[in-house]
Amino acid sequence: MRYLDDFRDPEISRQLIEAIRQTVTRPWVIMEICGGQTHSIVRNGLDQILPSEIELVHGPGCPVCVTPLAYIDAAIDIATRPGVLFTSYGDMLRVPGSRGSLLTARSEGADIRMVYSPLEALELARENPDKAVVFFSVGFETTAPNGAMAAIQAEREQLDNFSLLVSHVLVPPAIKALLGAPSNRVQGYLLAGHVCAITGWSDYRRIADDFGIPMVVTGFEPVDLLRGILSCVSQLEKGEAHVTNEYARAVREQGNLIARTTVQQVFEVVDRHWRGIGMIANSGLRLRRPYHRFDALRQFDIDVTPVTESGVCISGEILQGLKKPFQCLAFGAQCTPQTPLGATMVSSEGACAAYYAYSQRLNDRKLS
Amino acid sequence: MCLAIPGKLIEIYQERGLTMGRLDYAGTINRACLEYVPEAKIGQYVLVHAGFGISVIDEDEAQKTLAIWDELVAQAAEEGTDIFGRPLNGAGGPAGDGESK
Ligand code: SF4
Repeated sequence: MRYLDDFRDPEISRQLIEAIRQTVTRPWVIMEICGGQTHSIVRNGLDQILPSEIELVHGPGCPVCVTPLAYIDAAIDIATRPGVLFTSYGDMLRVPGSRGSLLTARSEGADIRMVYSPLEALELARENPDKAVVFFSVGFETTAPNGAMAAIQAEREQLDNFSLLVSHVLVPPAIKALLGAPSNRVQGYLLAGHVCAITGWSDYRRIADDFGIPMVVTGFEPVDLLRGILSCVSQLEKGEAHVTNEYARAVREQGNLIARTTVQQVFEVVDRHWRGIGMIANSGLRLRRPYHRFDALRQFDIDVTPVTESGVCISGEILQGLKKPFQCLAFGAQCTPQTPLGATMVSSEGACAAYYAYSQRLNDRKLS
Repeated sequence: MCLAIPGKLIEIYQERGLTMGRLDYAGTINRACLEYVPEAKIGQYVLVHAGFGISVIDEDEAQKTLAIWDELVAQAAEEGTDIFGRPLNGAGGPAGDGESK
């Protein structure tokens, strides 16, 4: 079986870059929506070796980055209440809320644990019947099925000491919002391969048609990313705007039907505030009525009203593809992965963190 | 959290009513929930995301993605060129080639 290594093959990558070079005749702005792809692009230096006509801008596809400040504050509020055992994916722990992060709350004594999957949170709920175990269910369409399965399983086992703090977001409404903004510069999209593994890509056909924008389902290895870019550029040069799939080994047109049905059973679509971007209609998920007893916001009687962000951080403009991390005055100075001011510096999937890691490497190379 | 990685399925079992699996990620063994990929068989590669299998890797498609280049290169080589029609002995390229970048 030819796996990861072959999709990193420098020779195939070189040929793809050459093919892109032969295809491109004028400047194009392409957005990769997914933070995982941003990270891979910057780590592999793809943005440096592509023809200069192609500008890659980094989209809002980092769940850690767009989870609203109000939800981080709600998480800390819940986690610091007596008798609570709060669980979360690891990368949410360092995200700064308006008063510290989950990590600082933990250092002050709150019982906060990192889990890899919500099934581990269920396990903790079974082992600790005297504790109220809460799982911070965040992320895009990729993690929503996991939260949904946890709710179903909690119901099945009647685990009344378990609840979910749900802040899931959906990609297509965000793309529509970005494309519809007067400031939009993006002419083509690389669609997040793992989101599409769940959702399929039929929803994107409408968007591609309505906005006349090519959209390419793309994977995460250099060969995948370069194939995605080549397909996108070929369409742009020919004036075409289709949805194509360059990640066929993992993504099928209808996506994962069981996961989609499960998500629909448990969650309903609501308007959601995105950190750094603002309110986007129909862009979030919340628990449906039959699962309300597992809703942490209800259990702990918490109201999430949008909170204003601090002034210096420009992560909102970065998430919309309007600015690059280097344009932020705080970048690498007051703001580093150790002392993040904004969410895009916290997660390794955030554009600021990816740029920071890359510029560090350049400096290391200069020193050695 | 959006990182999904393919692991080779080595065992399928039931736990509290859920179908689970043990997967081998290049030597590291971990478990994942297989409820969303009931079609997954032992020996297949499953894309796992945050503890849940989300897609079974289609090996034919994987081969195709890579094979296109192999074939193009092989075909071109038979004609004594690279895939862009340039002679294989490396002399020059077509007009407008951005080699200097
Ligand atoms: S470098 Fe820090 S302060 Fe500046 S935009 Fe990025 S996260 Fe915000």
